[in-house]
Amino acid sequence: MNAVFLYALAGVGLVGLALHALIVHASLLRKILAFNFMGSGVFLTMVALARRAGGEHPDAVPQAMVITGIVVAVAATALALNLMLELGATTRDDVLPDDDRA
Amino acid sequence: MVKLAFDGLVVLLLLWLAWQTLACADLFKAILQFISFSLVMALAWVRLDALDIALAEAAIGAGITGALLLAALARLRASLDGNLSGDGASPDGREVLPVRGLILAGVALATAGLGYAVLSLPETAPGLSQQIEARLGDSGVGSRVTAVLLNFRGYDTLLEMVVLMLALVSVKTFSSTRHAGAAPQDVLQVLSRVVVLPLILVTAYFLWAGTDGHGGAFQAGSVLGAAGVLLLLSGWRLPSPHTGVPLRALIAAGPGLFVIVALVTLLLQGTLLTYPPAYAGSLILLLEIAATFSIGATLAMLFLGGLPGDEDRP
Repeated sequence: MNAVFLYALAGVGLVGLALHALIVHASLLRKILAFNFMGSGVFLTMVALARRAGGEHPDAVPQAMVITGIVVAVAATALALNLMLELGATTRDDVLPDDDRA
Repeated sequence: MVKLAFDGLVVLLLLWLAWQTLACADLFKAILQFISFSLVMALAWVRLDALDIALAEAAIGAGITGALLLAALARLRASLDGNLSGDGASPDGREVLPVRGLILAGVALATAGLGYAVLSLPETAPGLSQQIEARLGDSGVGSRVTAVLLNFRGYDTLLEMVVLMLALVSVKTFSSTRHAGAAPQDVLQVLSRVVVLPLILVTAYFLWAGTDGHGGAFQAGSVLGAAGVLLLLSGWRLPSPHTGVPLRALIAAGPGLFVIVALVTLLLQGTLLTYPPAYAGSLILLLEIAATFSIGATLAMLFLGGLPGDEDRP
């Protein structure tokens, strides 16, 4: 197995880990962390597969998409954190109302 | 062989850090591990010949996302009096054993399916690299990634700038509470004085280098945003004459200029964002400068949780 597929599979593993955490954790901050890992996993798989172009330069289109994705992910994280803080200020809790606390 | 062993080590470290972050009982520690994860991610990008992404990851993933998470945790602790469900009881006890097993099995199945899909792809696939090589000369820049971002797929970048602005508008709309912020410590004050000027220099370098080498508007903008976050942390606030229209104009400059260029090219050439090759280089540089300032200002304001100066309004 070459490095391309090693990194691509690592990305898949990250998505799996994050998906599990997203389901089992009630804490919203942990869900936001999991969402970020899931994004990183998708980016890693995309860019690893872009290396299959061979030659001196990897395919630049997935790389450009991932750079855009990283900036969008930080904007989404900022929005999610803000919503979590507003929920915390309103309900004095850091889980969604229909989630039982541990 | 040594290289493959190193790649294996990076991959194991990534998965281990992600696991540790998500399972760690203390949220503060979890966030620190998340920041370490982003730094190892930057290493992985370098190994994958994606230096532009490595720069963006180090500035945004490790820098700005980390600062956002730490600030949010501090505010959450303050508003909940330390009564966080995320601390201590990691995976919470609401699921009975069969349900947990079912979730684990479902996620494992989905992951295995994705892994199978990745492995069934052909070993080599040129993607769009040949098309890029063929038209790189017309793009006006020497860097392939910049050519894709600002010329071939300029449409994506235009919409991405709009998404950033939309996120800031949403954050500003939703945030009712504003954190006063603790008094900055001396170390931070001195550090920010020393670090901010080099950061601004790095911003300018990335902006210029991005046309032919590694760097570009996104990396430059995120470093500028990180400088802004450091300044905000050290207690600095934009003087009030600049917080109204000038700041908003700066934030709107990137997407605004993009829209203007898109409309002009639509009127003159009949297609959206198709630059005439003779002017492509200068147009891209102009768009990148505006985008850098907009991204930097937007990221710093996202950290502040809205726009300054709103406290005085009814």
